[in-house]
Amino acid sequence: MAEVVSMADIEATAQRRGIDLSSVDLDSIQLPPGEDFGIKSDDDEDLHQEDPLEFEAGFGNIIMVDNLPVVPPEKFEKLEGVIRKIYSQIGVIREGGLWMPVNPETQKTLGYCFIEYNTPQEAELAREKTNGYKLDKSHIFAVNLFDDFEKYMKIPDEWTPAEIKPYTPGENLQQWLTDEKARDQFVIRAGTFTEVFWNDPRQLMPDLVYRRQYWTESFVQWSSLGTYLATVHRQGAAVWGGATTFNRLMRFAHPQVKLIDFSPGEKYLVTYSSHEPSNPRDTHRVVLNIFDVRTGKVMRDFKGNADEFATGGSGGVSGVSWPIFRWGGGREDKYFARIGKNVISVYETETFTLIDKKSLKVENVMDFTWSPTDPITALFVPELGGGNQPARVSLVQIPGKEELRQKNLFSVSDCKMYWQSNGEYLAVKVDRYTKTKKSTYTGFELFRIKERDIPIEVLELDNKNDKIVAFAWEPKGHRFAVIHGDSPRPDISFYSMRTAHHTGRVSKLATLKGKQANALYWSPAGRFIVLAGLKGFNGQLEFYNVDELETMATGEHFMATDIEWDPTGRYVATAVTSVHEMENGFHIWSFNGKLLYRIPKDHFYQFLWRPRPPSLLSAEKEEEIAKNLKKYSKKYEAEDQDVSLQLSEQDRKKRKMLQEEWDAWVSKWKQLHEEESELRVQLRDGEASDEEEEYEAKEVEVEEVLEVQEEVVAFDL
Amino acid sequence: MRPILMKGHERPLTFLKYNREGDLLFSCAKDHTPTVWFADNGERLGTYRGHNGAVWCCDVSRDSGLLITGSADQSVKLWSVQTGAQLYSFNFDSPAKAVDFSIGDKLAIITTDPFMGLPSTIQVKRIARDPSEQTSESVLTIKGPQGRINRAVWGPLNKTIISGGEDAVVRIWDAETGQLLKESDKETGHQKTITSLSKSADGSHFLTGSLDKSAKLWDIRTLTLIKTYVTERPVNACAISPLLDHVVMGGGQEASHVTTTDRRAGKFEAKFFHKILQEEIGGVKGHFGPINALAFNPDGRSFASGGEDGYVRLHHFDPDYFNIKM
Repeated sequence: MAEVVSMADIEATAQRRGIDLSSVDLDSIQLPPGEDFGIKSDDDEDLHQEDPLEFEAGFGNIIMVDNLPVVPPEKFEKLEGVIRKIYSQIGVIREGGLWMPVNPETQKTLGYCFIEYNTPQEAELAREKTNGYKLDKSHIFAVNLFDDFEKYMKIPDEWTPAEIKPYTPGENLQQWLTDEKARDQFVIRAGTFTEVFWNDPRQLMPDLVYRRQYWTESFVQWSSLGTYLATVHRQGAAVWGGATTFNRLMRFAHPQVKLIDFSPGEKYLVTYSSHEPSNPRDTHRVVLNIFDVRTGKVMRDFKGNADEFATGGSGGVSGVSWPIFRWGGGREDKYFARIGKNVISVYETETFTLIDKKSLKVENVMDFTWSPTDPITALFVPELGGGNQPARVSLVQIPGKEELRQKNLFSVSDCKMYWQSNGEYLAVKVDRYTKTKKSTYTGFELFRIKERDIPIEVLELDNKNDKIVAFAWEPKGHRFAVIHGDSPRPDISFYSMRTAHHTGRVSKLATLKGKQANALYWSPAGRFIVLAGLKGFNGQLEFYNVDELETMATGEHFMATDIEWDPTGRYVATAVTSVHEMENGFHIWSFNGKLLYRIPKDHFYQFLWRPRPPSLLSAEKEEEIAKNLKKYSKKYEAEDQDVSLQLSEQDRKKRKMLQEEWDAWVSKWKQLHEEESELRVQLRDGEASDEEEEYEAKEVEVEEVLEVQEEVVAFDL
Repeated sequence: MRPILMKGHERPLTFLKYNREGDLLFSCAKDHTPTVWFADNGERLGTYRGHNGAVWCCDVSRDSGLLITGSADQSVKLWSVQTGAQLYSFNFDSPAKAVDFSIGDKLAIITTDPFMGLPSTIQVKRIARDPSEQTSESVLTIKGPQGRINRAVWGPLNKTIISGGEDAVVRIWDAETGQLLKESDKETGHQKTITSLSKSADGSHFLTGSLDKSAKLWDIRTLTLIKTYVTERPVNACAISPLLDHVVMGGGQEASHVTTTDRRAGKFEAKFFHKILQEEIGGVKGHFGPINALAFNPDGRSFASGGEDGYVRLHHFDPDYFNIKM
């Protein structure tokens, strides 16, 4: 192992060789497998200590097949042929990679053999597929990885009770919620650094909490309730958290992990990886693990072809749509489901098995979504038999699997489902063919989930040929916004699920004509919305108050690519991430569209607010606070004033200090300048020099009489 | 006040220089022809014809009699400011980049680019009072820094030479022996190519602009880093106000990216910063390409900017400018 190389050394070396480090994309550097160039990775070491058998030994690609028939030499070749036939279907057996030992005394085989594949993946697959393979009645294969052999040998024959570790209290992982100033945190990733900041709008700048270089190898992600920050590495994922600094809380080994996803209650973490097949005709192999976040245990793993996981949804598009497993039943993390060919497989987390041990059969199901709060799924099945069998959207209750509501739809080309965040409403955007089938138009089917019998209402836009650019529910509210019409200046309409007198009817609130917007961002608290024109629209922002139906402010964050509200709905972050080189960085705005501060960052990849768990206050209590806001806000206003006073005081002091420092420099220079003035005159051949320092611009006023005119002015005294 | 748009160059501007009195403005561009203008109304007074390549830099003598220009045609020429006649031509084996007259105008610094295997050099030439006695021999030749030296100027009393260039290091050399006296710190110094270097009016401190999107203020004797001004653009040019505690920086993204981005994205503004507080005061828009050259009038009441777009813009400050409170 090489000695530890510090960053400073690397920079020095780069400088010497004339390499501009900032232009090097470190993520793109890949060491050839098995060669580390003497670079020691601290992650590697930790992992090796824990399970030394995983990556170290070079026998990962060998399997042992036991329970073979014992045969005399004349049948040896035949048996070998059979085994070779079975195992070469799974992967490429190395040359001379099949070895069946023979008892030297009897010349008979010993009833087992070793098979060496090219890759550990193939070996793993062979074990999976053929363990328990019935050659005939008395010969059922027992297949093991060679690497596991030692592990099994080590298991003591006698059972000893597990040692119970004494309980050590952990840190308060919710510490960040107890911030005195009620600030929110966010994480950014720029260059090689990942940094967590407080958003401090009073100071008009972010306040650093924690920073770490090379924290993650691809991206970071907050858990659903904000307790953990997850990082992704070659060996697996890790979660970090703590009271004041970020400590590693748990590691989830999953080699080559690509994607991760937390369950809504952040109890479970789903990790995903796919492996390039060694044989190009084979499909990608996919491995999914579901971990318990707190214990780090694998609760269930899924392995298979990418095709199995890619059916439905995207329909025919290769690759998988993430997340593969969608979590249902709100924050209790009770159910998760995935779509397959003609089935929806729903699992429950008590046993991590299918509900009723079988999947939900739905012919040709295209898409499904969970209600964000209740164990209800909405399914979409497209038209079948050339229109003989209509398309349908149905709501299914889990775990009973009974259909709550079904709606048949005709001449449908596509459906998209949007749940309101409280699970009260479901909007289904339906694209229908026109009579000629040459084009489509769009309508909405609105389900009222919480009402009796789940009434459905059909909504069509004023101009039903309008294209729908974006749709968004007001979080926790009864309103939604739609961008419709043609670029470059589409219209934006607001609808409510209630009317003034009747709660059961949809009504239109307003339409804004010709807005440069292509995305909608509701405040998490509702009421306010940012109408944004991202990318093609150069980052136009409009902060709109839906209660008053008025624009509060407009702004621009040139080239903005991402917009995110903080979890409390007080601030908005707009960011330009590294999709292009220009203008990278982020801006923080207040909810009403005042630009608070700007931070430019080169190679800016990610901006994520730390989510907050739901409020513990009851709805009544929240209402009471909203009513008596004046009383509560007084305290904070006073605090704000204190801070601003303090700030100006600090600022004044700082300026004074800077000025004094500068004055010291100037007086020093003056003195030196005077000392040298004699010499300077000499250098200039005695020319009465230093005049330029006494150079003064004089303003000379010249009065000139242009004309004299006498006039008699009458006064009324 | 409305800026005066001075059209005369056909190619990007490279350098601007006022004479001591501030009545003449000399401009260099890639179009081979240095030009002199009336600094007050922007009228063109004349051109200096003879170069056969981009002109990178110029300097004018204290009495406004002699002009020196460095060009990519591998020559540095001396001109009579008044008549426009070429008085002498120093010839090199590689393009010349920066030129600077010493105090007393008896010496001049010339830097040459690395070219065809030749390293970059800083050379000191003696400037004869009478052009007919001018010789081309160098008093001193300094070699060492990697890459181009974009700017070199004289230190106090002609005792030192300050240089900065592509290797991002500011260096102070002994002007007698050519010894390296001081080097800027790698950690705190610039991280990318130093594009410009400009002295304060009294020569006590200087400002360097760099592609690392910052400008830094240094003490000329000790090479102490005094201030850093951070901006959002690579800095191509910078200047120190002789009148107020202001510095101005100009730049923009590289010329090769200009056509692919919006004018608003380029931010081709001359940015004013408070010299002491390091806070941004404001910006002057106008160019539709990056700013390559900036110069303050010695009276501090106007400044000129030269852009990649081939224009020189002459800005006389409004009275409001002199009352800015920070």
